[in-house]
Amino acid sequence: MIDTTDLGKDTLHSSESSSGSWIIDHIVDSNVLDFEPLGVIHLPSFDINLFGITFHFAITKHVVFLWIAALIVAILMIFTARSYKKSLVPKGVANLVEMIIEFIKYEIVTPTIGEKYVKTFLPFLGTIFFFILTCNLLGLLPYGATATSNISVTGSLALLSFIMTQFAGIKKNGVVGYFKGLIPHGVPVFLLPIMFVVEVLGLFTKPFALMIRLFANMTAGHVVILALIGLIFILKTPFISPVSILFALFIYLLELLVALIQAYIFTMLSSLFIGMAIHQEH
Amino acid sequence: MESSFSAYLAAGIGAALTVIGAGFGIGKLASAAMEASSRQPEALGDIRTSMIIAAALIEGVSLFALVICILLALK
Repeated sequence: MIDTTDLGKDTLHSSESSSGSWIIDHIVDSNVLDFEPLGVIHLPSFDINLFGITFHFAITKHVVFLWIAALIVAILMIFTARSYKKSLVPKGVANLVEMIIEFIKYEIVTPTIGEKYVKTFLPFLGTIFFFILTCNLLGLLPYGATATSNISVTGSLALLSFIMTQFAGIKKNGVVGYFKGLIPHGVPVFLLPIMFVVEVLGLFTKPFALMIRLFANMTAGHVVILALIGLIFILKTPFISPVSILFALFIYLLELLVALIQAYIFTMLSSLFIGMAIHQEH
Repeated sequence: MESSFSAYLAAGIGAALTVIGAGFGIGKLASAAMEASSRQPEALGDIRTSMIIAAALIEGVSLFALVICILLALK
């Protein structure tokens, strides 16, 4: 048998703290906004006692960045809408936003949901796209944090998408009709119970996958960048810095692409699920 | 043998297997997309869109496994 009692005591662990925990500290939520070396801002937290249960509310770093992203999207859209009062032909920022919205409308929403329901669902899907894109990109700025690398945030977005899907499906097909339409026809009668269970489970796995996909993509990119730069500190030599920084730069550019792609994928899959719930003929 | 040793080992092996699976799947996807777009260059835009969607879905599955590996390594 290998004697593993000394494995934790090799050179990498010779410092006090374990060499992995600082990566986690930079990714997860925290109660301070830190602008090292200028200082930190401590964020408030309070407890509310309702019906005997103590609710602990805390404004954390990710909450602040969610608000910043919401503010940016709101200001951008209000500015764009207002510029249409002057002329129908957009200029400047309105041009860019109109291009993106047109892309969402004609490439994502219309092929999956169909012409008739575009007006109902385009606001929701457009907002999701811009919000996720802004959240992802804010994490790439210095001193920024990715709100979408928090599983609660992606969970809430996936929950919204799930509620929208069920709402759309039930409104179009009726409650009974929607659940009957989940099962493809031509299925022998003795298989119906298990098909029903499988289909209902399938309703829940899709938003779950949306949540995990966005969360893991955002977290993984940041972990890789931090690990590459941290190599310089772990190996305690400045000679590895050219290699390390070059790789980290490459991964950083990849992160930019992944931010865009993940926003697009979330929107496209949400629109696909809404389309599948509305048009239930397989 | 402390349990964190096997947790780290399992996390490493799990991550490696995940990357093998994802790389293989997306490589096959990319080769099919290249071939299809060379047979019919007019369909390049549609093929590119479908390729990106499929790649993101395959990567989503591989990231399920990655999340489990992270949970193991953090134990």
